[in-house]
Amino acid sequence: MIKHLLSAADLDVATATEIHDTAVEMATVSGREVKKLPTLRGRTVVNLFYEDSTRTRTSFEVAAKRLSADVINFSAKGSSVEKGESLKDTAWTLQAMGADAVVIRHPASGAPHRLTGWVDGSVLNAGDGTHEHPTQALLDTFTMRQRLGRIAGLNVAIVGDVLHSRVARSNTLLLHTLGAKVTLVGPPTLVPGNFGALTPDVAISYDLDAVLPDADVVMMLRVQQERMGAAFFPSAREYSRRYGLDAARMRRMADHAIVMHPGPMNRGVEITSEAADSPRSTIVEQVTNGVSVRMACLYLMLGGRA
Amino acid sequence: MGYPNKIILSDVDVHRVVDRIAHQILEKTDGAADVVLLGVATRGVPLARRLAERIHAFEGRTLPVGTLDITLYRDDLRHRSPRALGHTEIPPGGLDGRRVILVDDVLFSGRTVRAALDALNDLGRPAVVQLAVLVDRGHRQLPIRADYVGKNIPTSLSETVKVLLAEIDGCDEVRLMGAGASPAGRADDTAKEASA
Repeated sequence: MIKHLLSAADLDVATATEIHDTAVEMATVSGREVKKLPTLRGRTVVNLFYEDSTRTRTSFEVAAKRLSADVINFSAKGSSVEKGESLKDTAWTLQAMGADAVVIRHPASGAPHRLTGWVDGSVLNAGDGTHEHPTQALLDTFTMRQRLGRIAGLNVAIVGDVLHSRVARSNTLLLHTLGAKVTLVGPPTLVPGNFGALTPDVAISYDLDAVLPDADVVMMLRVQQERMGAAFFPSAREYSRRYGLDAARMRRMADHAIVMHPGPMNRGVEITSEAADSPRSTIVEQVTNGVSVRMACLYLMLGGRA
Repeated sequence: MGYPNKIILSDVDVHRVVDRIAHQILEKTDGAADVVLLGVATRGVPLARRLAERIHAFEGRTLPVGTLDITLYRDDLRHRSPRALGHTEIPPGGLDGRRVILVDDVLFSGRTVRAALDALNDLGRPAVVQLAVLVDRGHRQLPIRADYVGKNIPTSLSETVKVLLAEIDGCDEVRLMGAGASPAGRADDTAKEASA
């Protein structure tokens, strides 16, 4: 098993499948009355979050706690970071405290990679800048496998703000590894042509309606509210009209096709409530699966020989 | 003193021993009333299914059979590479108030049973927990004993007991491997029992 999880590109088919298979068993723990295993007793996991993230931080925290690890939540806000402490100094502090794993979210792409040189424990990338979010890709592919029974051969449309999305990047890489075909969909300003170089067979489309009938999975991405009306597209309304998923567009999808969203959603912008709350939607399952997949990652990376 | 690759139980012996344990369970549990058989992965699972099948043949009673993977409860996790998880499945009706019989192939140090008892703690509250094993090879490191033993095999620590079952290995056999012999075929369970 890999020591660090920095990029979805680090995962080969065997490793990703091992994580998925382990997550299946971890999911049974979440359904029990006593949702606790002694597996990581005595180990310390630090959640080092330089950006706000309720969903991912809580998910990692629940996962580590279900495995009986001690969890320290370190948020940049109100911490020594605001007093000017560098990432390197923070890393040394964590090292001195004996952290066995550091889960890091950082606005700078590549920060988790730098951290691996400063701490002895495992480093898990929980989102770095616009670069990657590998555990999100693992939980998304796990959800596809759960719903559709396979990943190889699936047609996956990733729709929206691909340019700024680490979720899109990690998913594209992992889906390619696992044999799915990815089409990136969005306005040309948010899906630049050079994304075609991400993996050998990724396709790019600017027409969502043309892509929908062949898609097995439609993964909607969040459009950052802060970009509304910026130079990327004229208005939220126009974006929604061309790239938003609503009931009419869902009818163009195959009967078995599913709708995914990494959250948090902008209801009424990239996805309507009707689409988000439909039986095709896996949005709630993705959150549940996130805990199981992160338990699997922590077990496989920390459960063995130190 | 070892018996290199000596066959301790043949396929006929294994069937006879399973039959005997099934009878003992019926005797000691008043006809296996409220009994749940829980096979400890890997080879305890087919053994539990066989015991249920034999008890059904003898008494017509169908016992619930579950599986228990104790990997996440092992006390030697950080001394080894992480291993793939097996499947834990508790039969409908759960374990609360039931008479649970843990079934495993080899009883050695007792640490696997300790881990199984810890796992049971998280899964429910059985009224009684008993232990059935095909082979007891001694060398306990914890105060644990089996309620039903197929065969006691005195061993030295340098020897390995290798249990083969048709469901997994294609044949039924119990072998005593001498010092230095490769325990191929049941490496997982041997490691499980040998852990100190």
